[in-house]
Parts: sequence; C-alpha cells; structure tokens
Amino acid sequence: MADKYLELVNSGMTKKLAKLLGLPRPPRLRRYTPDTALLPGPVLVLGASARAQQLCDTLVSWGLDVRRHDAGQSKLGGIVLLLDELTDPEQLSELMLSTGAALRQLVPGARLVSFSRPALAENAPAVAAVRQGIDGVIRSLGREMRAGATANGIVLENETQLDSPSALGALRFFFSGRSAYVHGQFLGVRTAQGELPADFRAPLSGKVAVVTGAARGIGADIARTLARDGAQVVLVDMPAAGDALAKVANEVGGTTLQLDVTSTDAGARILDHALSRHGGLDLVVHNAGITRDKLLANMDAGRWDSVIAVNITAQLRMNEVFLAAKLPGLRVVSLASTSGIAGNRGQTNYAASKAGVIGMVRASAGLFAEHGGSIAAVAPGFIETEMTAKIPLGTRTVARLVLPSLMQGGLPVDVAEAIAFLGSDAAAGLNGSTLRVCGQSLVGA
Amino acid sequence: MADQPVRNAVIIGGNRIPFARSNTAYVNVSNQDMFTAALEGLVARFGLQGARLGAVAGGAVLKHSKDFNLVRESVLGSSLDAATPAYDVQMACATGMEAIGSLANKIKLGQLDSAIGGGVDTTSDAPIVVSEGLRAVLLELSRARSTKAKLTALSKLRPAHLAPSAPGTGEPRTGLSMGEHQAITTHAWGVTRAEQDELALASHQNLAAAYERGFFDDLLTAFNGLARDNNLRPDSSMEKLAKLKPAFGKTLGEEATMTAANSTPLTDGASAVLLGSEEFAADNDLPMLANFVDFEAAAVDFVHGAEGLLMAPAYATARLLERNNLTLGDFDFVEIHEAFAGTVLATLKAWESAEFCREKLGLDAPLGSIDRAKLNVNGSSLAAGHPFAATGGRLIASTAKMLHEKGSGRALISVCAAGGQGVVAILEARS
Repeated sequence: MADKYLELVNSGMTKKLAKLLGLPRPPRLRRYTPDTALLPGPVLVLGASARAQQLCDTLVSWGLDVRRHDAGQSKLGGIVLLLDELTDPEQLSELMLSTGAALRQLVPGARLVSFSRPALAENAPAVAAVRQGIDGVIRSLGREMRAGATANGIVLENETQLDSPSALGALRFFFSGRSAYVHGQFLGVRTAQGELPADFRAPLSGKVAVVTGAARGIGADIARTLARDGAQVVLVDMPAAGDALAKVANEVGGTTLQLDVTSTDAGARILDHALSRHGGLDLVVHNAGITRDKLLANMDAGRWDSVIAVNITAQLRMNEVFLAAKLPGLRVVSLASTSGIAGNRGQTNYAASKAGVIGMVRASAGLFAEHGGSIAAVAPGFIETEMTAKIPLGTRTVARLVLPSLMQGGLPVDVAEAIAFLGSDAAAGLNGSTLRVCGQSLVGA
Repeated sequence: MADQPVRNAVIIGGNRIPFARSNTAYVNVSNQDMFTAALEGLVARFGLQGARLGAVAGGAVLKHSKDFNLVRESVLGSSLDAATPAYDVQMACATGMEAIGSLANKIKLGQLDSAIGGGVDTTSDAPIVVSEGLRAVLLELSRARSTKAKLTALSKLRPAHLAPSAPGTGEPRTGLSMGEHQAITTHAWGVTRAEQDELALASHQNLAAAYERGFFDDLLTAFNGLARDNNLRPDSSMEKLAKLKPAFGKTLGEEATMTAANSTPLTDGASAVLLGSEEFAADNDLPMLANFVDFEAAAVDFVHGAEGLLMAPAYATARLLERNNLTLGDFDFVEIHEAFAGTVLATLKAWESAEFCREKLGLDAPLGSIDRAKLNVNGSSLAAGHPFAATGGRLIASTAKMLHEKGSGRALISVCAAGGQGVVAILEARS
C-alpha cells in the first residue's frame, strides 16, 4: 500500500533510514475537513494589481492573517502572486526573487497561487511573453515545492477581476485542503458569473446532485463529499452494483437509482427521479466509466464500443435531455482522465472517450450557460482505487512515486473535492474548464 | 377513532434480493442477513435513512429458535430509526401476504401512517434440531444437581439420539410432502404434463423478458454476488423440459406429471414492501404505485381428503370477489403463485368448473376463466424460485408496479400455503 510506504518514510527510525538512503519521501498531504483552517499560516500577497486591496480585504474576511510585500521572518501558510498587470518579462525579476526568499518560510501543506492574464494571439509580443512565462514559472515551482505544498494559477480571462466570484472561489479552493492533490495547474476564469456560498462549510446546501457510478471507488467518495457539502444525493449505478450502491446511499442519506447509463432513457429517468423525489436537479456528475484496455492492434469491437458507449456517448445523450429540460443553473461535472491528455499505451479507446469528454465540456459551455448553468471536467491522474490496485507493483510504484511532483497517488476523495468545487455556484465562471487532479504528474504535463 | 372512515393504503414500492436456489449463492447467509439486506435496499431506494416508520412486519417459515425476534433484529441492523417497532408473522408461504395485508389494514384504520411488510426464508441455513431423545437427555442433564444425577441422565444417551432432524416440507398430519399432495390434486383435475411444462416455460420466458426490459431495476437490489434470480433459465425449451423425469406422484406410476422444472425448487431470499397512507407518500415525495384494496384468507380440510392441500386460494378468491362485488373478468392482471405449475392450473380449472363452483364454493355459476395473457405476465415462482415467506412481498411489489405502468385496472394475487391455507389480495391502480 502506498499509505504504508508514506508512513514509513515520514516517521521514526524508518524516516532517518529513508533519508540516509535517499529514498523518495512522499509528503503527507493537507486534506480538507470542515473544521480545519483555510491555510496553515499567514498569507503573503506579492505584486501589484488594481484590485489588490479588495482581494486583501476578502482574505481578511476569510479569517486569514494577510501580509503585504514583506512577511519578515514569520512562517507562511500561503503566497499569492499578483501577476495580472505585468507587460514585459523583465518585470518578473524582482517579484520572483522575493517569492524565492519567501518559499523558505512556507510551512508543510502551504499554498502558492498566482493571478495572471491569458497570453493571446492579439496581445503585444512582450505582453504575451510574460503571460506565457508565468505558465513556466508555476509549473517549475511545482517541481520545487516540498512537504505537500502546492503551486497553482488562476488566469483572469475576458476582463474578469481578482475579486470576480469564480476567481475568489478558485483561490479558496486552491488554498484549502480540497485541492491537496491539485498541483502545477491553472484554472481560467471566463466570466464574472457565480456566487460564493453563504456558508463555506456547506457550499452545496439545498442542492440536489446526481452521481453516476456511485457504488464504489471515486463515485462513492464523490457522493460522500457532495453530501458532506450539504447536497441531497441521488446515487446511480448498474443494478448489479446495487448492494454496494445501497450501502453508500444509506451512509450519505441519499436515494438510489439503479440503471445502465447507456440505456436510451437514462437521462429521462434521472431527471424524473430527481424532480419527483427531490424536487429539483442542480448538479449532475458523470462519473460512470469503464476501461477495456488492449493495444489497438489487438482491439476488438466489444472493447472499443463499450468504452465509447459508457464513457462519452452516454454523457452526450444524457446532457441533451438535461439541456432540453432547461433547468435553471444546472451544473454538470464530467470525469475525464490524464490518459485523455497525454495518451496511454493500451488505452486508445479509453483515451478517445476521455479526451472526448474534454472536448464535449468545452463545446457545451455555451449551451449550459443559456440557462445560467455550467459544465466542467476533472482529469484525474494516478488515483488509488480498487481498479489501480490491480496494476503490477513496479508500474504502480513508478506511477505513484516518480511521475507526480507530490510523489504519491491521489485518493478518490481528492477527485471528489475538485468535483464538488466545480459543481458549486462559486465555479460558474469556470464554465468549460478541465482541471487536472494529478499531483503534477509528468504524464501529459 | 371508531367513527373515522377508512382511508387508502398505498403501495409505495418494494425491494427484494435476487432469489437463489438452495445451497448456492446464499449458502453462508442467515435469514437475518437477507431480510436486513432487503430492508437496506428499500431504505436506500426511498431515502428512509433514520426514518421512524409505523411498523415493520414479516417473518420466515424456517426459523432458528434464536431468531424469535427476527424482524426486530433486522430493523436494528438497518438504517431505519431504531425506534421503529417490528414483529414477526408466520403463516407458512402466505406469511408475506398476511404481514402486508394486516399492515394495510392498520394504515386504512389510521393506526399506522407507514409500514414495511415482507418475509425471508433460507433452506441453506435451515435450523437443524437434535432428536427428541437427545433433547430429553439434555433437558434432564440441565436439571440435574448432583454428579450422580448428571451421570444418570447421560447414561440414557443412545447412539440413535445423535441423528439430527432437518426440517422438511412434509405435512405433519399426513406425512406427505407438499409435492406429493399437489400430485394428487394435479391428477384429480386432469392437468397434463404438457400444460404444466408450458406454464413453466412461460414463467422463465416472461421473467427473462422482464429483466431484459429493466422491469426489476427498481424492485431488486443485488446481494452476495447475485444480481438476478439464479433459478432463471432463459434458454429453456419444451424439448428440454419434456426430458425430465417425474419428481412427485410416486403412486401414480405412468400418470405422474410433476417434474423438478414444473415445481418450484427450494430457494433462499427476502423481500420487503413499503406501504403508507396517501399523506405519508405525498409528504415524503414518494411514488404511489397502487392501492392495497382487500385481502382474504381461506383454509381447507386436506387432512381427511375433502380438498387438495393447495386449493384454499380458490375458496378465498370466491369470498373476496363477492365482498368486493367483482368478477374474475374485472382484473387486468392475475398473479397466481406457482408453487407448482399444477397448483396454478388446478386453480384455473376449479374456477372454470361449474361443479366445483357449485358444490364447493356454493355459487350459481363458475367464476370463469382467466385470459392467459393476464396471468403471471412477468414470470413467477417457477422461474424466480420460492423462498417461502418472501414470495408475498415479491408478488405485491411487482404487481403494484405493473398496475402503475399500465396506469389503470386491478390485479388479483393468490398465494397457497402449507396446512391447507391460502391468502388472496386485490390491488388497484391509482387513478
């Protein structure tokens, strides 16, 4: 088990031994509970921006100890880099050197978050250069961070501001333990839509959420996480998984709906169940997915077609039903995969479906926005599940320790946390995004 | 309270675990495990976690002495509020029907707003009791105070006492098994082998088709690695069925017609049905599939040969129809529990027989015939199997769903039981 190794290299005698031998020492990640602080220490805000003061005021209202420009010798729980007004690569120097000095003061599980603007074809070359340069900075910083600290960026697109609801929502997500396994990633704020929750401990309060494939693994943790965040959950899975599904439902106080997502009436039945039994439908999580791995040279129609049918065609068909229902503010979050970004040997079918999800999400954003809704995807990297436990030990160890900057596989709950955030009203402005939850894996970097 | 009019008792939905042939998938599972699983699936389907229901009633035909409070113990092991009262009911194979019917009555009277009724049985984990001789020795031993008295008690032990006695389906008063009893009835009514095999084949084909169209998606929850009834043989055929040798009717010689395929196998399983008042269903945003209209029990004297062991439902039906001012033609679905194909066919022939209806039921005219297109349309016990006390819940939940799908009409449900008893019920679609 990855956990066992992680414990061994982080405690007592075996920790010393691991250090001596130079073994990789995966850090303990700071994960979310409703009762822990947003950051494990003060936050240093570096850089200048027109709305910097508003941002700092918000951070103070979140209960954070905010330091501007200089934190002295104090330990830090986080750093915010305001890079959204830079116009030339030469301007990076001073800020980066200050950031470098502050890195030494970060406590385990700290967070670094940058704000920047997108590099576009219509920008002046120097502007585009510095904006694109920030991409390299954050991804490289990701490789340098230690002790479970992470670095991520928020890209303010389309004249959105530091204090646009989804910019603040993304910042809070990156700060909190919810983003424990999100590292070296960017979220683009496309619109000023969205609303921060009245109660940050229950951001899905009053919402009705449907999770497909909820009987086990990542789906079960998605159901648990959405319920913890206040949602009423409808748990969908195949009838054959009904006993496991009922267990999860009874744990989270939800209702079960047994169906095959590839059946033509799946969308209608989900809609009917949510409306008649729970009085609405606010969030759909397309989690149900299968793998049928085979090198393409050995692929057969059964393997190819079933993966496409479950992982993408079913989602496309159900989304049509949900769109036709014109539900106000409906949010959809789909499961993509880093295999759909980087490709994976033996997974042409799976990668086609998961890359397909990313394309579907991008192209569906406008359709869902028509009724105040949104759609997003999460692309998990190596996640410790029953499914990945079957991968041979050597391959699994490489996948865990060597490829991701965080030197470990993620947990199902890490994916669930990202989904819960992207499915909340605070993420409405991120419509169309795909977020990787991969510990900054080299795969598909 | 005495002046209040009765209100409707509504069937909200049901849940059962797949039925398993004896000594197969549920070999290491107890009645309590299975009934708890049936309850948990029902709780999950309808979001009843932490809910305090009016009552849970059910039972098992084969029960260990430690299971004296089987249903209450199952409730305590479920996600329902522990403050939900529960009690055991036992009426042989009609246990589920009696439990659910009685709960419906309490709902109608306003004594309960919500209830779960059902049943469970296992022949894989059946109680095995020690012989009467050993039992007498052990009881005497427990009463003995002195070493001498203890030794005296033990000295009465004989090797023959050690043979355990397992429960059978034999009738205590006749010594005949249920199958042997039915073989007499089947023969008396002139039911042919081909008729019985046709009914068995239809049961398998109808059940398989119901699974294929997802009919059981919201009536069943997988259990212990099983997602469908494992007695189901979708690929059965008249040719295959015709090859089987008779299993019952030893005294009939060449005229024996009852085989292992047109008789139900010993089966393990559990079922549960959620009922409530209309207010309860509406307040909790729960579906209302059908009304539980009425039910009737009957018993016959099979001991002295006046009637066949499993013919009581024929009598109960006559009384139930009269009380509700209905005829057989008024039903859109007729569900007759297939204890044996011969039971169903003998019952149908009895209703068609002017003589039987006149002599036995005291009617001027026969009750009439049943359109086969309305009979057991989604398969019944020959295909699904028959865990004695669980069959009533299976029938009531499935039939209520059939009425809900149709959107109108009535259904008659008939279940025969050991001891010459039977219970029949009427369900009605919500209009």
